[in-house]
Formats: sequence, C-alpha cells, structure tokens
Amino acid sequence: MTKNIKCNSCDNLATVHLTQIINNQIHKIDLCEECAKVKGVSDPEGFSFSDMFAGSIDSDSSQGSEMTCVACGFTHADFRKNGRFGCAVCYDSFEPILAEILDGMHPSLHHRGKVPHLALDRVDIQTKIEFIERSLRNAVDAEDYEEAARFRDQLTALRAVDENRSSIQINP
Amino acid sequence: MTIASLIKRKSELLHGGAGPVPIVLSTRIRLARNLRNQPFPGWAKVAQKCEILSQSSETLREVPSLKTATFFNIEDLADTEKHILVERHLISRELSESSHSAGVLVGRNQSCSIMVNEEDHLRIQVLRNGFDLEKTWKTIDSLDSKMEERLDYAFAQQLGYLTACPTNLGTGMRASVMMHLPGLYISNQIEKVIRAVNQLGMVVRGLFGEGSDAIGSIFQISNQQTLGESEKEILARLRKVLTEIVHHECNARMLLIESDRLKLMDKIGRGYGVLRNSHLLNSKESMSLLSLMRFAVDLGMLPEENRSLVDQLFMESQPGHIQYNLTGESGSDERDFYRASLLRKAFTKLPELNFDILLEQDFTKLFPEGL
Repeated sequence: MTKNIKCNSCDNLATVHLTQIINNQIHKIDLCEECAKVKGVSDPEGFSFSDMFAGSIDSDSSQGSEMTCVACGFTHADFRKNGRFGCAVCYDSFEPILAEILDGMHPSLHHRGKVPHLALDRVDIQTKIEFIERSLRNAVDAEDYEEAARFRDQLTALRAVDENRSSIQINP
Repeated sequence: MTIASLIKRKSELLHGGAGPVPIVLSTRIRLARNLRNQPFPGWAKVAQKCEILSQSSETLREVPSLKTATFFNIEDLADTEKHILVERHLISRELSESSHSAGVLVGRNQSCSIMVNEEDHLRIQVLRNGFDLEKTWKTIDSLDSKMEERLDYAFAQQLGYLTACPTNLGTGMRASVMMHLPGLYISNQIEKVIRAVNQLGMVVRGLFGEGSDAIGSIFQISNQQTLGESEKEILARLRKVLTEIVHHECNARMLLIESDRLKLMDKIGRGYGVLRNSHLLNSKESMSLLSLMRFAVDLGMLPEENRSLVDQLFMESQPGHIQYNLTGESGSDERDFYRASLLRKAFTKLPELNFDILLEQDFTKLFPEGL
C-alpha cells in the first residue's frame, strides 16, 4: 500500500497524481479530486502543467512557508496554490527560495536578452526627482531656504533632462 | 472597427507576407510584459485591474504603429465574438474566459495584438503568414521598444522581464511556428517527433496552444525556456529544430507516395468527395478534410492558386465563425448544415483533383524553398 499523500493545494487526501519530466528532472503534483477539478486537471483542454509545477517543487520544504511579499501581501502559500507571483516585488520578497523554484526551469538564472534601457533610465530619474522633492519639502518645513534653493535648482535640472528625454522619444 | 468588419477585412494570417506556403503556416512571437507598480492581473483587485486596463489602453494609443488599432473591451464582446478572436489567434482562451477588466488591442491587418490583463499586464503578439522569425522579431522588438518609451516595465538586471509565472522570466518571449504536418501525422510519426523536439527544449502543441488537439494535422512548435538565452539565440535554436521537422515531413510525404500511393490517393479523393457533396459536417471533420486539401495543393493535385482559399475556408469553418453567421441560438445540426453548404459551394467551383501527378517521379518540389 502506498502511504496517503496530501493534496498540494489543500490538505485533503490526494487522488490525482501527475508526473512530468523537464530537463531530466522529475516534477510531481499530487491533488485531491476537488482541486484537480478546479485546476482543470480532469479537463486536459484547460490544464497547463507548467503553470503548476513551480508550486510543487517546494512541497516538502518548510522554508519559506511564512514568507509574505512586502509590496502586495502575496504569501508563499498563495504561490504554491497558483504557481504565479503577485507582483514584480515578489521576486525580491521570495528571493531566499527563488533558486529552488527556478531550479531546472531555465537554462540559466541570468538574463541575456533585451534590456529596456529607456524605461530603466526614466525610472532612475523619476526616483531621483521624487527623492529631491521630498528633501525640498523637508528643507522648506525646516525653513532652511538656502538648502531649499539648492534642491530646487537640482530639481529644475533633472526635470529638464526628463522632459528632453521624453520629447525626443515621442518624436523620434 | 467592429468584429464584423474585422472578419471582412484582409488579415495577415490569410493574405499577408509572400502568401501561403507549404508546411509552415505562420510565425508568431509573443512578449510578456508587466508594469512596475501594479500587482499582476491574477492578484490585482478589480479596481486595480480597471486602472491598468484604462491606463495602458490609452498609453498604447500614443504608439505610432498602433494609431489605427482597435481596442476591444472584453465586457463589450459577445461570446461568439470572443470565439472569433480566439479562432483568429488574436486572443487566448484564457482572456476570452474573463468577463471584465480585460481587453485587447488589435492592429489594422490583424498581424499584431496586445492583450491587457491576461496572465501578465501586457501580452504583445506579432503574427506573420508563412515562415519568418527574423522579420517577426524585428517588428515586435521595435513595437516593444516604442511601448517602453511610455510604460515603466517591471525588469530586474538578473531575472530580466518580471512575469507572473516564473516560467516566462527573462526574455518573456515565446516564439512559435504553426506547422502543417499531414505526412508525419498520416504515417503515425508525430509522437516520435514530439519526443525529439521536447529533448531539444522546444514544445509541441495543438492548433490552439496548451492542451489543444492536433486538429487538421496542425502543430505549434515553440520554445519552452525564456531565461538564460538571448532572444536571438532562442530564435536560432527554434529555426534549427523547425528545419529538421520540415525535412522529416518531406521525407514522410515521399515515403507515403512511394509505398502507400493508392491509399493516399483514396484518402484525398474521398475527402474531396465529402467536401463537395456532404450536407452535414462538424468542425472536426471539416478541418481534417481541409487539411487534406492543403496537402493536395502541396502535392500539385490542386492548383497552387487554391491554397489561400483552402486556408480561408479552414478559418471560416471553425465553430465561432459559423455561429457568427447564424442568427440567434442555433443547434449543432444547423451549424453543421451551414458549414457543409459553405464548403460545398466553394468546392464545386474547384477543378477536379489531378491524380496523375502522383505518378510522376519528381518530388523535389515537395521541399519548400528558403528553409
């Protein structure tokens, strides 16, 4: 007799067992009848293994079970249920278990493709502008007008760069 | 533009590129992109999803190449209309199943579509008739760059473009090629090919992607992995696998003609007879018969100029397209009758099949040029 296996999605007894071999690594999913139905396992039309196997890799690991994303409140349990993350910051929040999740999924863990330079530069400038705006408000609140003037000049310069950049982009 | 005019208008899939060719039906690349400051659609609240939808659909309008595109809000579409967009490969089944706060921007000639709030905030797709990975990549790359000027993408130095599902990290790119493989299908070699292709890190799917059947001997070959290789490297690998499959398909066809000529003639002949004379045809049968007719064009049994007609009928005999032409609720008999009439009308205008051509010995023409 095989021992009773728990469903990866809830704690019920698993009756549906799936195995897929990806890159010579075996990934297994065990589900109860209810969850199998919800995930579309019984209906091969709607079922996507790749969406799920990410969640199952970690099924025995207790590490990460308390993790929660600081930005969106997504938990490790949510990830195990969906196999998808909640937001971009989740990748930072779940960094300690990321290598385990990504294991065997891709040829390597280093991006070698396209980089959105424009978006990154803009984000960079935007972050700087927000920082200086805050500093300017603080300086004004503290009635340090000399400092405030310095921040105001920096802000004008940065905004000019930002403006210039976006006008070049819109009319290339 | 409405769905009705979309159906009437010329589309890239049916009329684009250098015209339809044997074996490789179409090339498609999709990019998964997300906005930096919003939760992914699967986790976002309805209000956030609405904000993402209205913001991105407005911003996308500023992109020059999307000025003439049409935006469809999923809320405004009837089920049959969604069905048509799926059959034209402009939206995914997943998007068609959502009932609110999602939409799609469709380019004028339907070669480009951008889904909003599918699994990721943005799913950009460029589709081309025939085989052309390089041009398709060039088009989608420049569209994506134009979008990046206006949208703050979620990106990390090490992991690349950040996506809801970690299986899409890195390039967020899935490049796929739709292939018509009747030779391998008839000679029961598809399983073998699928296994070999899997070992090379590529996936084989049916006509409508994940989990769909191999309707009409049509298969989608695409990359599975997205992180750790550049877009160009992935495309080069796909191209290699694809060339290999084309080679096997050609061999399978030659073998069929060599050893099973009579059976092949009979199969195609019967298919032609059914399409010309039947009065009730379900979509599964009609698609597999039309697939045989495309094969007949490849073999020279039907004139080349009929290829695009066959492709068009293949599209138009799908359930959503048929249903759209019938008013109100209609049963399957009604649909099957309408489908059979459509095909009967088209096929009575076609010339008789040229069976003699299969008795000739020169089959080098089976190998498409440029591959």
